[in-house]
Amino acid sequence: MSGSIEVRIDYLTRVEGEGTLYLKLSDGNVERVEVGISEPTRFFEALLRGRKYYEAPDITSRICGICPLAYVMSACRAMEKLLGIRVPDEVRLLRKIAYLGEWISSHALHVTLLHAPDFLGFNSAFDMMEKYSHIVKAGLRVKWWGDKVIEVIGGRAIHPISFRVGGFYRIIKKEKLEKLLSNLEAIKKDAKLLLEWVLKLPIPGFKRDLEFISLRNGKEYPILEGRVVSNKGLDIDESEFERYIQVEQTPYSNSLRYRVKGRGSYIVGPIARFNNNYDLLKDEVKDIIESHGMGRRLINSFQSIVARAAEVYHAVLEIVSLIHEYSEPRQPYVEGELREGEASAITEAPRGMLYHRYRINADGTISDANIIPPTSQNLAAIEDDLKVIGAELSKLSFEEAKRGAEQIIRNYDPCISCSVHAIKIVK
Amino acid sequence: MKKVSIATFKFTSCNGCQLQVVNVDEKLFELLDNVEFKFFPLIKSDNIIGEFDVTLVEGSITTPEEVKVIKKVRELSKVLVAIGACSTAGGIQALRNWVKVDEFKRYVYPNPEWIKALDKASPISDYVKVDYELRGCPISGSQLLYFLSQLLRGKGPILPIDSVCMECKRKGNLCVLVAKGIPCLGPVTMAGCGAICPTYGRGCYGCFGPMRDPRPNALAMRFKEMGLSIKDIELLFKQFTGWSKPFKELLNTLGVEK
Repeated sequence: MSGSIEVRIDYLTRVEGEGTLYLKLSDGNVERVEVGISEPTRFFEALLRGRKYYEAPDITSRICGICPLAYVMSACRAMEKLLGIRVPDEVRLLRKIAYLGEWISSHALHVTLLHAPDFLGFNSAFDMMEKYSHIVKAGLRVKWWGDKVIEVIGGRAIHPISFRVGGFYRIIKKEKLEKLLSNLEAIKKDAKLLLEWVLKLPIPGFKRDLEFISLRNGKEYPILEGRVVSNKGLDIDESEFERYIQVEQTPYSNSLRYRVKGRGSYIVGPIARFNNNYDLLKDEVKDIIESHGMGRRLINSFQSIVARAAEVYHAVLEIVSLIHEYSEPRQPYVEGELREGEASAITEAPRGMLYHRYRINADGTISDANIIPPTSQNLAAIEDDLKVIGAELSKLSFEEAKRGAEQIIRNYDPCISCSVHAIKIVK
Repeated sequence: MKKVSIATFKFTSCNGCQLQVVNVDEKLFELLDNVEFKFFPLIKSDNIIGEFDVTLVEGSITTPEEVKVIKKVRELSKVLVAIGACSTAGGIQALRNWVKVDEFKRYVYPNPEWIKALDKASPISDYVKVDYELRGCPISGSQLLYFLSQLLRGKGPILPIDSVCMECKRKGNLCVLVAKGIPCLGPVTMAGCGAICPTYGRGCYGCFGPMRDPRPNALAMRFKEMGLSIKDIELLFKQFTGWSKPFKELLNTLGVEK
């Protein structure tokens, strides 16, 4: 295919939320890339003002139906910093189990239903059922188990209700958690099968120079806290985050993008966590990855599916150890001291670092809020990817180019509801 | 038997209710034997616009564009089902309905003039006829499945009409309101969630919206007697289903400055 070609997609499919893509290629060059966000805004930061600090977890969880718990966790941690609360170890552990459950649910959904069809040329997992029903079913069973984990701890999988600033509304019984282990061997088998299957997919292996940013604490594969680190030398506290990134406005898109000051676009999410914390993955996971010839460093966004499948298996194994380790706390939550102030917190949502910052008054009323979700951080990187890989697409037929372009966006598992409902937008 | 064609459309919302369609465990595969998802962009790329037997609509209407789309969707749908708090009551984004949307735009956006947003975030029924409403933030996956299975068998689906209290009692929970003095919207909220909040030791926050004939005034009076301020009572009702008619009417009479 030579000459000029325009790819326009008015409704991106197999992504969360409403987005568009416009790509103009001419003679092998990418002339223009626009990843548009057509999702209507919900003004979350504005409507949080005047609400009480203890309402932030429940309200912000509504930003996303796929990763609500991530919002609960970042909001709780920010508010706990404000109130001077240090949650007991048992509470932290229980949060971690539930949050890993959300990783499993979100990743298994993406790997199985949204992303895998791309690598095999299908339009959906429904179409995969004839040839790959054992994979689709295994992936979904793992996803449902992740949902079950959240449900046991949180009351329900989407917008769970048992979490609060300081801990939980009630003590979660150990015997309830142990019931999750009743079909453990089958779940482990499914998660392992999914990872092994993903490792055999035809995944492009070209190398890109990318900055991967994630949390890292050196003790465990990061989820609830850590320093903000990258492969290009970033190593800062979460409270400094906003000073190190710069917001960029572009005339052609309706969403802000974030870049590292003085450098450029960056990637957050499973692939960044994987690359920055490979040493902390469970040995069983590393063994499988290495036995399939995949390295400890993933080198392009297509390989994010490997990171997701690896994190699914890792999370299953981690949850099992944590359930054995869990002992019921003496009290479900701890109270803090109400005072005026501002605090920020980052946790690792399934799609990457989720930043919350709140200012509250002395009576606990929220006066200012800022939320930076993973997808808005990835937007600049998505466009950069399209610019670089887009040149390759111009060698393909129109239909293939269209599919390829859409797949690049899907590599990032974008959560458009998140990106739009919680960022300051320009057009 | 010809498969029943299903479509899902998302308006302003979080995707959580649509996701419940695939969160129904192994029963999903049984469902797939009987239905065909003709339009389901969250899950598939080959979507077909045409006539749909059943259309599930998630989200509230908040932009001029969405008004056009929902009208078209209504024309294409034999049965239109609003799913979730956003589509049935406006959702959390309806909190803006009490203020000037321009102020919200200015707070969030550097260039507010580019944001296309209607003054109000509204339930679907404000614009088109809705055949059934499934409540909840999010909807219950098991209720959705039960609803669809009734519909597939040609029955008029039966949905709850009474309060969370009924489910809570059946579960044998100690009443959080009476025994522990925790403010709870259970007495006025539609059943369907399985009374999860009281079961987990907190008060219901009304995400399934008002039950039939809820009389929220009486509950607000009770909260006042318990020592809650008008502001606290306002925050309780003004959440995910605050824009539903009965809660909105109560909020308008609470006497707080807007």
